[in-house]
Amino acid sequence: MSTNLAVSTQNLGRVYRAKKREAGSGKEIVALHGVDLEIHQGELFGLLGPNGAGKTTLIKILTTLLAPTSGEARVAGTDVAKNPWEVRRHINMVSGGESSGYGLLTVEENLWLFSQFYGLDWKTARERIREMLKIVGMEDRAKTKIYHLSTGMRQKMNFARGFITDPEIIFLDEPTLGLDVQTSRVLRDFVKNWVRVRKNKTLLLTTHYMQEADELCDRVAIIDRGKILACDTPSNLKRSLNQSSVFHLKVDSLPQPDSQFQGLKGIQSFAHHQHNGLLELSFIVETENALMPILASIERSKGNLISLEKRQPTLEDVFINLVGRGLSEEP
Amino acid sequence: MATNQRAVENLRSLRMAAWLGWQIESNWTDPFLFAIYSVIKPIAGALILVFMYMVVAKGGLSNPLFPMIFVGNAFYIYVAMVLMGVSFAVVDDRERYGMLKYMYTAPLNIYFYLLGRGGAKTLIATVSVLITLAFGALLFNLPIDIASIDWLLLVTGLVLGLLSLAFLGIFLGGVALITARHGQFTGEAVAGALYMLCGAVFPIDVLPGLLQAISYILPLTYWIETMRRALLGSGSSQILSQLSNLELVGVLGAFSVGVVILSVLFFRWAEHRAKEKGLIDMQTNY
Repeated sequence: MSTNLAVSTQNLGRVYRAKKREAGSGKEIVALHGVDLEIHQGELFGLLGPNGAGKTTLIKILTTLLAPTSGEARVAGTDVAKNPWEVRRHINMVSGGESSGYGLLTVEENLWLFSQFYGLDWKTARERIREMLKIVGMEDRAKTKIYHLSTGMRQKMNFARGFITDPEIIFLDEPTLGLDVQTSRVLRDFVKNWVRVRKNKTLLLTTHYMQEADELCDRVAIIDRGKILACDTPSNLKRSLNQSSVFHLKVDSLPQPDSQFQGLKGIQSFAHHQHNGLLELSFIVETENALMPILASIERSKGNLISLEKRQPTLEDVFINLVGRGLSEEP
Repeated sequence: MATNQRAVENLRSLRMAAWLGWQIESNWTDPFLFAIYSVIKPIAGALILVFMYMVVAKGGLSNPLFPMIFVGNAFYIYVAMVLMGVSFAVVDDRERYGMLKYMYTAPLNIYFYLLGRGGAKTLIATVSVLITLAFGALLFNLPIDIASIDWLLLVTGLVLGLLSLAFLGIFLGGVALITARHGQFTGEAVAGALYMLCGAVFPIDVLPGLLQAISYILPLTYWIETMRRALLGSGSSQILSQLSNLELVGVLGAFSVGVVILSVLFFRWAEHRAKEKGLIDMQTNY
């Protein structure tokens, strides 16, 4: 194992067992299956996958909150299961889409509390708190008690909490989930800059927003149903579809989109989902010739084509090509 | 070097958790109202006991058992407060504030953290105990004479008793870790059961055989008796009167050490189990 690895896993597995009194009693849910990962020091690494793919489970294991059921995980060179205390000295974590925080404390007090748990001296803590509150646009909220804050504000405070300790390795689990576009943009810019400026810092980001992964990450692992399906730089992953053509169609409706295009020649992968009352279809085809039978099929089933676009492959297309469905579709 | 670092982290955990606990306990209202509440609550509790006693007991407040029961009841304020202060931090942090997972990813010692969280309630309980005892001495002529208090016995007994309670709180914190849905009720249930078993409101001599046997293995039984002896000069139990003060403190010390060891072992197991089952960050919204 290379010495400059910030995170590494070998054959990591996690199985959840349904409780006796719950539906599907005794049923096993495989959240992670044989995950092998190597994340280098200084890397901004993304885990891209739909909800329920196993991203949060992996983060929980790496941050010592959850025990793996098989395999091994090391963070900052330390086994997370054998020496969680040592791991915690090197990490911090931010979970998105939640409203955690001590409601009776002010924003500043919440951040100060954690700065002290991590052993920051008071001067550094005050400086970093001021700096982070400025970055997340909450300078004027420093003295506001948490219970007065909206969920979005709490999430921004939580984001600041993760960074004030300036950890060697930070885990961001869907950090922009539920945040407005402007705030998400600010946080993404900060994240990108944080890793660029501090060469020895490592950031592991989970997301189901492919633009986020594409824009931010040095490398991306695509995960689905607990398995890593591909791992490379975003450009290399997209390049894997360079021999193919990607078409994006919008139609008003189709009776059976799942089965309609089965058997048509030249279709590598296909995914669909409803968006704003329209059915959006994504096709990855071997050649452009495959498009005509698709359009004919839509016409036969009386679907009205609203738009047709040929585009450069995205990470979502890579995901569709690997999994056969889109990131927003349920597994 | 590593030991030093660990010691610094432990102290830091304790200090910051105590600060957090105090903020949570005292910040729910303005300081004046909090002070009024802190005084009225123990006095109301003491009056309820007194009125109940006057109705039930023969001889009323002149019955020699009254001071024993009053003192036992006063110190029992610690039990619910310390137990809940320590153990409820697990439930509160996980369910209400959603912060337990962040505590578990920070370099803090969870035992020191929980003890620190219980510190604020221990402080509030101390004020309540002092107010209750002063109230009893002034209004009901409790035979507490400051000049004749056995201070060494009082301080030794108090430290050992609070140590037992705090680690019993750790034990219950372990229970809360693995029983996410009902964790908040265990502290109250245990405090209620101990009220009957440790001789706070009646001598353990009147308990049936099995309950008396349980009473003998509770450090709180010896602790309440020690507090009575330190303040009043004698205890309430005929059976325990066979033990000298030194023997009583010795037994209390031995049981306290037992509780510490048992609680740490149990909490470690519960923590391991919670990690296996994914319970550390589980929010049931129950």
